[in-house]
Amino acid sequence: MTAPHPTAQRPLVQVRDLKLHFPIYGGFFRRRIGEVKAVDGISFDIYEGETLGIVGESGCGKSTAGRAVLRLYEATEGSVTIDGVDISTLSQEALRKTRPMMQMVFQDPQASLNPRMTVAGIIGEPLDEHTRLSGAEKLARIYELMDAVGLNRDFANRYPHAFSGGQRQRIGIARALALNPRFIVCDEPIAALDVSIQAQVVNLLEELQEKFGLTYMFISHDLSMVRHIADRVAVMYLGKIVEVAPVSRLYDAPLHPYTEALLSAVPEPDPSLEGTKQRIVLKGDVPSPANPPKGCNFCTRCPKVMDLCRTVKPSTVEVAPGHSVACHLINQNGIAGRTGGHEAEHNQTHNQQGEVA
Amino acid sequence: MTDAVTFRAPRNQWWDVWDQFKTHRGALIGMVVFVLIVLFCFVGPLIWRVDPTAIPSGRELLRLRNQGFSLAHPFGTDNLGRDMFARMMKGGQVSLAVGIVGMILSILLGTLIGVVAGYFRRADGVLMRLTDLFLALPLLPILLVMSMLFRERLSALFGVEVGMFLMIVTAIALTSWMRTARVVRGDVLALKEREYVLAARSIGTPPRRLIVRHILPNVLSPVMVSATLMIATAIITESALSFLGMGFPPDFPTWGRLVADGVDYLQDYPSRSMVPGILISLTVLSVNYIGDGLRDALDPRIRGR
Repeated sequence: MTAPHPTAQRPLVQVRDLKLHFPIYGGFFRRRIGEVKAVDGISFDIYEGETLGIVGESGCGKSTAGRAVLRLYEATEGSVTIDGVDISTLSQEALRKTRPMMQMVFQDPQASLNPRMTVAGIIGEPLDEHTRLSGAEKLARIYELMDAVGLNRDFANRYPHAFSGGQRQRIGIARALALNPRFIVCDEPIAALDVSIQAQVVNLLEELQEKFGLTYMFISHDLSMVRHIADRVAVMYLGKIVEVAPVSRLYDAPLHPYTEALLSAVPEPDPSLEGTKQRIVLKGDVPSPANPPKGCNFCTRCPKVMDLCRTVKPSTVEVAPGHSVACHLINQNGIAGRTGGHEAEHNQTHNQQGEVA
Repeated sequence: MTDAVTFRAPRNQWWDVWDQFKTHRGALIGMVVFVLIVLFCFVGPLIWRVDPTAIPSGRELLRLRNQGFSLAHPFGTDNLGRDMFARMMKGGQVSLAVGIVGMILSILLGTLIGVVAGYFRRADGVLMRLTDLFLALPLLPILLVMSMLFRERLSALFGVEVGMFLMIVTAIALTSWMRTARVVRGDVLALKEREYVLAARSIGTPPRRLIVRHILPNVLSPVMVSATLMIATAIITESALSFLGMGFPPDFPTWGRLVADGVDYLQDYPSRSMVPGILISLTVLSVNYIGDGLRDALDPRIRGR
């Protein structure tokens, strides 16, 4: 897979300042006393045919962001434009009509399939909703999709409980593909699977991307898997995107301290290198998204924290084409940021040689 | 992996349901018993041509009253010399009809309110307070007031028997839907957060079809349990109403009525209230087993075990 040139391609998905705040009610009169800022102003583009990886620790708002992009949750603020259509303002009926263009693969293949529907019923549901195929045509299409994801046609009449996790995920993928979508949000599609099955499913996703020209938003906390499948990666922390960069650049030269810490936690397969590796261990817990710090969201745990970080929120700056960071180290003085980046780069290149070999 | 030669086309899922149902012995026996009871009540009168309401006159009355079991009168006769066997058949028709129709109405109403309250958050508060309101109402006085108000009008409109039937069935449904509604609402609240419901929304399934396709099939088990219990409740409520003189007219036999009538003679002729009682129990039991088997057969996770 070649990293695409962002400037040369047309963005299929444009997310601008997307916010999703869940209200908290409390007190005797169930008044609104605050809000959980699950997604707090994220902006990014996804170019046609590429895979944007979204990484971050649990609870940072990755999945919520994915669902808000497809408007499965109503966003509090911001816009999502998919293929020129601003879906954040569409009426429910118009939104329904645009659903075939964008689909989703879910995290838990057990929970995302209705236990009372057969495989044929599950894969056929999108066809029922958006097409007027005859019974035979529908069955032909279902078989075609089952072939595409590597499911035996004989399974069409079985129920989800009779399948293994990997097979269930294939059913979920077939359902997402049924309407020839252009954009698929993969919400941790491999998190619930065995490692051996993970590889199969990821390879299947890549294969399908090539075959059907799909665009993925690939949400995961598995950094090595994201490195394998993604073209560009966005790192999220506490509802915000802290760094976006092409995959090679992000893994080789991370600029944001959080990205550095995250990458240093990737297990090292070579035991001889494992000893030499410097792991950045963050102290403390993630602050509550209901009450984020005043300045930079990461200031409570950042190893390179400055006074400025505690008071002023950093703005996102593009340091190189396609590489944006939201950190005062970069914004304040390029030198400090550079040095930080370089140190990390050194560590990383070391580790990566081990990984590649 | 995909071998196009050996695959089978999807077959109708109801065949799977039937295959599983057949393996549930209790359900099969229950179904046989239930069919026999239905045949006894509805086909029986065509064969056993005795008028259930005919009272013999004069000396015949003295000779024929309070008889025990015999070939001429298999279940004996009552204190007015009426043939109990024929009365059981006639009474069964009404009791079964009231039980089943009352159950269906009550379940429909309860499920509808439960699903709407569970799925649409805005309706939840209003509908659940309404449910609480109905739960707080004393059942019997309400039924009595209803029958006071509507008895005459319905009798005039549809005739005494049909009018009473409609009134009793409506009264039973209106006073028994709350438990189903609560159970269904609770299940719907949990189900609508499941990922497959979210998946259906991401496909673009509108709420109406989403409920029918994904929510209703998954609340089937508790509804089925309520339904089987409701038949018994309906039959017994009907008998209580008739006993209080607010249901069907006194000479009109129903199982509940026959039990109530027999109570006075329980010491001398215990069979008179026990036979209809046994029939009510048998009906309820067989319906319970059928419901049990159906619930298992409709759950694909249990199927094939």
